[in-house]
Amino acid sequence: MSFEDAELLKEFVVESQEHLSDVENQLLTLESQGDAVDVALVNTVFRAVHSIKGAAGFLGLDTLQGLAHREEEVLNRLRNSELRPTSLVVNTLLKATDRLKGLLDDIENSNGQDVSEHLVALELILNGGAQPTPAPNAKVAATPATSAVDGLSSEALREFLIESYDNLEQLERDLMSLERNSRTSELINSAFRNIHTIKGTAGFLGFSKLEKLTHAAESLLGNIRSETLEFNSEISGGLFQVIDAVRNILTNIESNQSEGSDEFAALVTLLNQLGDGKPATKKSASKKAPTSKSPTAKRATKKTAAASETAKGEPEPAVTATTVQANSSAHNSAIATPVAKKTEPASAIDASSQSVLSSPDVQQPAADQVTAQAARATAKENEASAADSTIRVDVALLDKLMTCVGELVLARNQILQFTSGNADSELHSTSQRLNIITTELQESVMKTRMQPIGNVWSKFPRLVRDLAAICEKQVRIEMEGKETELDKTIIEAIKDPLTHLVRNTVDHGIERPDVRIQKGKPAEGCLTLRAYHEGGQVNIEICDDGAGLNYERIKAKAVDRGLMSAEQVARMADRDVGNLIFLPGFSTAEKVSNVSGRGVGMDVVKTNIEKIGGTVDLQSQAGLGTTIKIKIPLTLAIIPALIVSNDGNRYAIPQVNLLELVRLDGEQVKSGIEWIQGSPVYRLRGRLLPLVYLREQLKTESNIGMNSDALNIVVLRADDRQFGLVVDRISDTEEIVVKPLSKQLKGIPVYSGTTIMGDGKVALILDVLGLAHTSNVISQGRDRSVTESQDRGPARNSDSQTLLVLGVGPTHRYALPLSQVTRLEKIEPGIVETADHQEVVQYRGEILPLIRLGNQMGTGSLPADESALLEVVVYTENGRSVGIVVDRIVDIVETTLAITRPAARHGLLGSAVVQDHVTDLLDLPTIIRQSDPVFNNGQLA
Amino acid sequence: MIATRQLCTFYLDGHFFGVDAQSVQEVIRYQEMTRVPLTPECVNGLINLRGQIVTAIDMRKRLGLRDRPADKLPMNVVVRSDEGAVSLLVDQIGDVIEVSSEDFETPPETLRGPTRELVQGAYKLDGKLLLVLNTTETVQLSAAE
Repeated sequence: MSFEDAELLKEFVVESQEHLSDVENQLLTLESQGDAVDVALVNTVFRAVHSIKGAAGFLGLDTLQGLAHREEEVLNRLRNSELRPTSLVVNTLLKATDRLKGLLDDIENSNGQDVSEHLVALELILNGGAQPTPAPNAKVAATPATSAVDGLSSEALREFLIESYDNLEQLERDLMSLERNSRTSELINSAFRNIHTIKGTAGFLGFSKLEKLTHAAESLLGNIRSETLEFNSEISGGLFQVIDAVRNILTNIESNQSEGSDEFAALVTLLNQLGDGKPATKKSASKKAPTSKSPTAKRATKKTAAASETAKGEPEPAVTATTVQANSSAHNSAIATPVAKKTEPASAIDASSQSVLSSPDVQQPAADQVTAQAARATAKENEASAADSTIRVDVALLDKLMTCVGELVLARNQILQFTSGNADSELHSTSQRLNIITTELQESVMKTRMQPIGNVWSKFPRLVRDLAAICEKQVRIEMEGKETELDKTIIEAIKDPLTHLVRNTVDHGIERPDVRIQKGKPAEGCLTLRAYHEGGQVNIEICDDGAGLNYERIKAKAVDRGLMSAEQVARMADRDVGNLIFLPGFSTAEKVSNVSGRGVGMDVVKTNIEKIGGTVDLQSQAGLGTTIKIKIPLTLAIIPALIVSNDGNRYAIPQVNLLELVRLDGEQVKSGIEWIQGSPVYRLRGRLLPLVYLREQLKTESNIGMNSDALNIVVLRADDRQFGLVVDRISDTEEIVVKPLSKQLKGIPVYSGTTIMGDGKVALILDVLGLAHTSNVISQGRDRSVTESQDRGPARNSDSQTLLVLGVGPTHRYALPLSQVTRLEKIEPGIVETADHQEVVQYRGEILPLIRLGNQMGTGSLPADESALLEVVVYTENGRSVGIVVDRIVDIVETTLAITRPAARHGLLGSAVVQDHVTDLLDLPTIIRQSDPVFNNGQLA
Repeated sequence: MIATRQLCTFYLDGHFFGVDAQSVQEVIRYQEMTRVPLTPECVNGLINLRGQIVTAIDMRKRLGLRDRPADKLPMNVVVRSDEGAVSLLVDQIGDVIEVSSEDFETPPETLRGPTRELVQGAYKLDGKLLLVLNTTETVQLSAAE
């Protein structure tokens, strides 16, 4: 065996992999269908394996051929309903298919590989086939396999047609080259292969005429290939006739799914003669006359016959059809007239058509048929022939096209900017057209790179099935929005993260059947993949109806792994806990299985998704299931962005990160911004929004804008945190073409790329996540709960109040207005000192007295863990601060406060129902003075 | 054996410098550029070179020379590097001249500062010295700064 033609081999591998890609899912479907075997589906699988077998045999890939052949045999049994698709059978087939894939991956060495295991397994099924073939099932076999066309999906047929047209074209080219005296074995091989492929598929699909014809041609070429016969013009003439005939049949199949009524016996005989006859010159001379004549004649008649019979393509048949119809109705009306004699002549035609319908006229079916065919003919004219509608394009070419379009978009932007300052109306209208065309082009090119997400999902059913088997679970996978399209690069990028998430869900999310039944759920768990477009982004959801996250276990694990202290996790909101699983080195699996739970993964998933500008969010309800929601951009190359400027420089902020824009005018510039210990915040609908000055972050000084009369805040989202970016000016949103940062600038975290603006100048694209990190919006663990829980507040009213809810002791809840709170701190118990019988800590350069709320209010507190961090609420009054030590920070809620019970004791304002719990409202100044009567002595109002 | 090489020359604060003519993509006049905050001081900004975004390095700052007078606009010597094109901002452009290895000498030990790492050596020409820059080192900012 020699691989003289590496390209041929490569082609084979690609083709075969394509064939196999669907086989898996089809086999799974078969398994799920049980006894109601879908013959068409079996046929599809059979055909895929068969093609591989054929090509492999031809290429001398014996191992591959052997395995494919055995698989084909089993499939054949399935097809004939001699075998049922039990899970054993499907399992063995799946494994064999995997092995085929493996062989294809390493095609060069495939012949040395050992596949005996699979061969034996398949053999076992074939031999033992007796047991799983109980007689009762035979009735399923009712569908005759002979006319496979009936059961054939139109898609499969289309595929066959496209393939065959391709093959024919190639064959034609090969023959031409052969005629031009370049008789290389390669060409003959190629011709042989092409005709063989058509034959194989035709035979399988039950197109017997096509098969017979191509078979004859194949044997002829086979003889040439084995050099028992020499290629000559007669042979090529015969073969060209075959091409015409095959094309004819294919057209027929395309238009009405049958081969047409032509017989090609003469052609077959001719081919056989050509093939048998050792080209002794004398013999051929005597033969030449009749043979060369008859086929031509035959061809001519055949052509006309086909034309009139099938009424395809050409306009004449359609005309004929109408004439026939006209004739028949005329004829009918003639017959009918006597009957309808008494009716008005005007309605004669009407009546006649009715009589046609009702009377058992012999001509009627014929007329109907002709009409139908005529209709088909016109329909076909509108629709391009199957082979013409798709082409294969190199991805590199598409990438290049994309780059060019990117440049075009830039040029367009520049021209638009230029013309906007120009009064020439002609220039205006031209640039407008340019604008429209460019946009359209951009969209079309983007579309060429789009692929349905189903391409990635298609491997999941198998994955889930195998995993479920390993984990002894029952899992069903459901997909919604398979056709949702995404840019190819993004599809590649999410492949691994998605696989990981699906794997995790089956392994951790869904419970074992017995557990599920105990909980009153169906034994079979359901994993739902959902994809949909939303606001220029694609959302992908992975939902399960499993146990949901076990927050306690996650907390325990986080402590166990040293990622958090026990006290820290005890204070965390459930949502925060859920997101812990995205921390590096986290795994809740009790034991490491070979499926997942090695503690790598979820963090990688998050990083990978974020790398392409996406976000991951996790929601879970104990006992009901978990939903992981991924949001990703449609494409990476051209993105919508908000253009802002600061100190004379322009920056682009990806729209993905943008939430809203806020502008403060006049008085608000000063009054709107409040300061918490040097950090500016803005109350956005009652929530505190940390502000970040772009000027400070970029360390640019400026002499403009500082004292301007307006303040522009761009509200951004980074991770799940929000912050406001203060910029000088907000311009507009624009489609920008992302260009990578040069090496010299790569190390700077606040930039993610560059772009060229409409005026040809360069602008930097801000990396919102990086900005959030450098400005400490993110990774400031201590303030986490504050910003976090604000996000979840209910609808906000202007007269409502934001409360900080504190927990003391096992059940007691206290609340105080958030406006009284300066900071929330976690303090190491070790740094607490005593001064004048009072607990104090050194805090920001001063001594902060601590008040233990539990002791002060007499409600007691939980037995404190020695090493646990103290939760401290810092209260500041006229520059002096006090720390209130509580057991836990429960939440921050926004509520319209209604005190339902007046205060019964000192230090409380009263009680109210907050979040369905009775909560005492603290009177902090009083409490502080209870503990320290001289606090801010004399300054109390 | 005497080897010759072609150098693209330019002036910086009265000094005469050269880079390998092979590495020079083009020489263009002053372009407006976009400042990039947070970068080393010698990064002057980004220019748009026919759709290609090029980082411009002020060679005076890079070599630790005096700042260019504000009224003088620099010129761009765009050099190819492993990390894409980089523009070197120079005072004034000179000729492309051919030099012979005969006249070459490595920099004296007494030479200090950033120049020491970036200058390969000097060609002794009539009446002046031509300092040859190592372009690879010159555009390597993260390592040098």
